[in-house]
Amino acid sequence: MNPVEPLKTVQSRTVVLAVADVDTDQIIPARFLTTTSREGLGAKLFHDWRYLPDGAPNPDFVLNQPAANGCRILVADRNFGCGSSREHAPWALTDYGFRAVVSSEIADIFRSNALKNGLLPIIVDADTLAWLLEHPGVEVTIDVAASTLSLPNGSVVSYPIDAFSRYCLLEGIDQLGYLRKHDNEIRRFEESRSWTP
Amino acid sequence: MSTDSPRTLFEKIWSEHVVVEETADTPAVLYIDLHLIHEVTTPQAFSLLREKGLPVRRPGLTLATMDHSTPTTPVSSFKDLEIVGEGAAKQVLRMEQNCRDFGLELLGFDSGLRGIVHVIGPELGATQPGKTIVCGDSHTSTHGAFGALAFGIGTTEVGHVLATQCLLQRKPKTLLIEVAGRLRPGVSAKDVILATIGQIGVDGGTGHVIEYRGVPISAMDMEARMTICNMSIEAGARAGMIAPDDTTFEYLEGRPRAPAGADWERAIARWRALPSDDEATFDRTVTVDADRLEPMVTFGTNPGMVVPISAPVPGDGDASFRKSLEYMQVAPNKPLTDTRVDVVFVGSCTNSRLSDLKQAAAILEGRTIASGVRMLVVPGSQQVKKAAEELGLDQIFRAAGAEWRESGCSMCLGMNGDTVPAGQLCVSTSNRNFEGRQGKGARTILASPLTAAASAVEGRVADPRRYLE
Ligand code: SF4
Repeated sequence: MNPVEPLKTVQSRTVVLAVADVDTDQIIPARFLTTTSREGLGAKLFHDWRYLPDGAPNPDFVLNQPAANGCRILVADRNFGCGSSREHAPWALTDYGFRAVVSSEIADIFRSNALKNGLLPIIVDADTLAWLLEHPGVEVTIDVAASTLSLPNGSVVSYPIDAFSRYCLLEGIDQLGYLRKHDNEIRRFEESRSWTP
Repeated sequence: MSTDSPRTLFEKIWSEHVVVEETADTPAVLYIDLHLIHEVTTPQAFSLLREKGLPVRRPGLTLATMDHSTPTTPVSSFKDLEIVGEGAAKQVLRMEQNCRDFGLELLGFDSGLRGIVHVIGPELGATQPGKTIVCGDSHTSTHGAFGALAFGIGTTEVGHVLATQCLLQRKPKTLLIEVAGRLRPGVSAKDVILATIGQIGVDGGTGHVIEYRGVPISAMDMEARMTICNMSIEAGARAGMIAPDDTTFEYLEGRPRAPAGADWERAIARWRALPSDDEATFDRTVTVDADRLEPMVTFGTNPGMVVPISAPVPGDGDASFRKSLEYMQVAPNKPLTDTRVDVVFVGSCTNSRLSDLKQAAAILEGRTIASGVRMLVVPGSQQVKKAAEELGLDQIFRAAGAEWRESGCSMCLGMNGDTVPAGQLCVSTSNRNFEGRQGKGARTILASPLTAAASAVEGRVADPRRYLE
């Protein structure tokens, strides 16, 4: 895994997936997890919604519509990314080209995984989400430093993000490197414990 | 916070494992006592270690097994694995290689101790009260049944733990789920947790660690408690926990990786101090009424879409609800009983331990499964398999017409070739009824082992209580 590229802004039209509780089995079905690398998963993103049983693209699925081309922001109904802890889900989304997912609620593990892979999990209030769901394809801008989402209707919505995660995204910081800097503290902790696991 | 102020079970474990305190700008560095690993979510983490030239910091705190991609039909060698799927075989071989290269003990393909990672941790006594336990798998919450803080992580974090034995974490909130009343016959732990998820919703626990409490919980054996904590993630929670008590200690005593001798006495003393203090407060509290519970069955495509078996499926909902019913081919306003069943799966880290198999066998004994139904019974570990065979449960399952398999995740997620064919309906003791979870186009109804067995006998979704007279 290469150090994450710094991510400062995302400006793109949106793709709208008006489905609630999109689970990681939909994002990337389990049968595609028998990989030992992280490349190439974009081709399998939303596989069972995206392709018909004969393998042809499902014309009704939003990613197969011409307007979806080049979009880097996915808007989905509440509770996106629930289910398994598979990091293959954010890998598939970023490999496909997405840089942000917007919903009114995003599952914990998915959110944590996304932040480590340069995919912004953007949580907005229900009204903002409703507006975005009703206006597919609008151009929005995400400012990572300001933690805001600017909509074409003029509103600028802030979203919550942990200060540390934001810093890592902006600077392209590798969190493992940060953890390893605490080696002395970890050693001291291990030595001072009253019991050993 | 002074250590004298009342604290929850979670807070006690959390604070004992903080290596570096969290600040407004930085998360806490949290020490991990037990790292469980399996073949699906680790290859990329080991690649990272190789790239950076890093060793595994504490191989002794890492427990490795293979469960997701492994076949459950008896195969004698890795060569046979190729049949199951090239990708799966490669993953299994890669796991062997990684464990060899990094000096990790692997309870691998040939080990009699192999099994679903969340079944073998407790079985070996590696899962213990007060530990922090992680795994690249969301059902790590299972281990919370022992009063451990156990949660699922992604592959990047697996790399963090391998390299540093630590994780960067923000402290989650706490949610107390108080189960009040008494369970009626035929109502099991699975029904309690399904009803709980139905009540609070699949996102009801997001951002929280759940502690389960109440008379029915205390009365449960460890296997039932594991079923409860296992599905905490289906409510969106980070983890689920139950305070350790004598039931916990009895289960652990004498297990190979549990403390022994004087260490055991010291451990017990330490564990007795773990339960939440009386005055400790939670960020939220929810009460679940056990008296009213029935066997529960899911009708939709997430575990929160659940009804008591005698109750009708709800009549209406939003677009996602309608999409879900359409996928399931389920009619609103009618109970699910009498819906024809094609496949029955008894297995998964939710319900594949000996007590689960015993419950299913109790219904199947002297009966046969309905014609046209395929039933798969997959023990959670090779040890569970052996124990079940010693009790003759395999004979009961076989005589009833069910398939008796080697251990593994199997049809819970259909990665190993055990899948439900498109369009078919499966009553499953697993934990996820997502679209296609058990195979592309498969339809899943989640239920207890009792309900699954009764449904196999009748060939339709069936209430197990009539078999329990
Ligand atoms: S049994 Fe199912 S839920 Fe449990 S670890 Fe295996 S795949 Fe995951």
